[in-house]
Amino acid sequence: MRRLKAFGLFWYDFVVGDDWRIAVGLVAALGLTAVLVSLSISAWWLLPLAVIALLAESVLRAARSS
Amino acid sequence: MTTGNVLLFAAAFLACAVEMVEALTIVLAVGVTRDWRSTLVGVGVAALALAVIVALLGPALTLIPIQTLRLIVGALLLVFGLQWLRKAILRSGGYKAMHDETAIFERESADALGAPAESRAGLDWYAFTVAFKGVLLEGLEVAFIVVTFGSSQGNVPLAAGAALAAFVIVATVGVLVRAPLSRVPENTIKFVVGVLLTSFGIFWAGEGIGVDWPGDDLALLGVLAFVSLSSFALVRILRHERGTLRAVGIDS
Repeated sequence: MRRLKAFGLFWYDFVVGDDWRIAVGLVAALGLTAVLVSLSISAWWLLPLAVIALLAESVLRAARSS
Repeated sequence: MTTGNVLLFAAAFLACAVEMVEALTIVLAVGVTRDWRSTLVGVGVAALALAVIVALLGPALTLIPIQTLRLIVGALLLVFGLQWLRKAILRSGGYKAMHDETAIFERESADALGAPAESRAGLDWYAFTVAFKGVLLEGLEVAFIVVTFGSSQGNVPLAAGAALAAFVIVATVGVLVRAPLSRVPENTIKFVVGVLLTSFGIFWAGEGIGVDWPGDDLALLGVLAFVSLSSFALVRILRHERGTLRAVGIDS
């Protein structure tokens, strides 16, 4: 059980990393882009803006809490 | 060679080089303080495990339709890239300690000297396991980058070649110098790799979803410029905030 937990923690750390909010935000941004594309709305701008917004929020929060 | 292939080579080469430098520090520390034979066996077994991962994952990924593959790869590169970029921005902004290979070498050496001697299968088990884990963990991310980048760009051999070139250069310099490569500008390289992974991640994830990029493949350069400029702007904001905080601390 302990090894299974360690294995799970390793993959969580490997994929998600230090800030889970970025991973959750990315999933939301990808989902929203997919919805816009399915409605035939031009959505190329959404992903770059969302990624930089998530990055900015994460680094500024980390900086202010340190 | 297309722009995409040049960027693919650069990203795989730099990511591999910087992870190799970190692995080299661990290998040198246990090799010098414990036992070279056990350390090198650990390195060899880890390299073999990484080769198996690349050999299994590479062909498996080519079976996935390109649209789906680019979405999966793009999402993975985005999470990896943002992890690298986030740390690099915090380091450049002065909010996280810079990666220092000399300090890591000294800490690893002290741990290796203090660890009890245990022999298994004719090997110094501590030296074997530390070298194995160090090379495997540092190499795993590179293996993922090589496989995902290579398969999405339709050129796994180019990505593998870039990784091999980095391996040969870092290993050769490591053997010649026999000291941690603290002069390698690791933090700058990590910043560049973070920008490249994030840009490719945005572009491919968008392609996978079905986004119509203005200018098609040329949009990748636009995304790259946008991510680079935004990252530099964030570093400036952090430095400015740190400077203001210091000034307030001094004045008050």
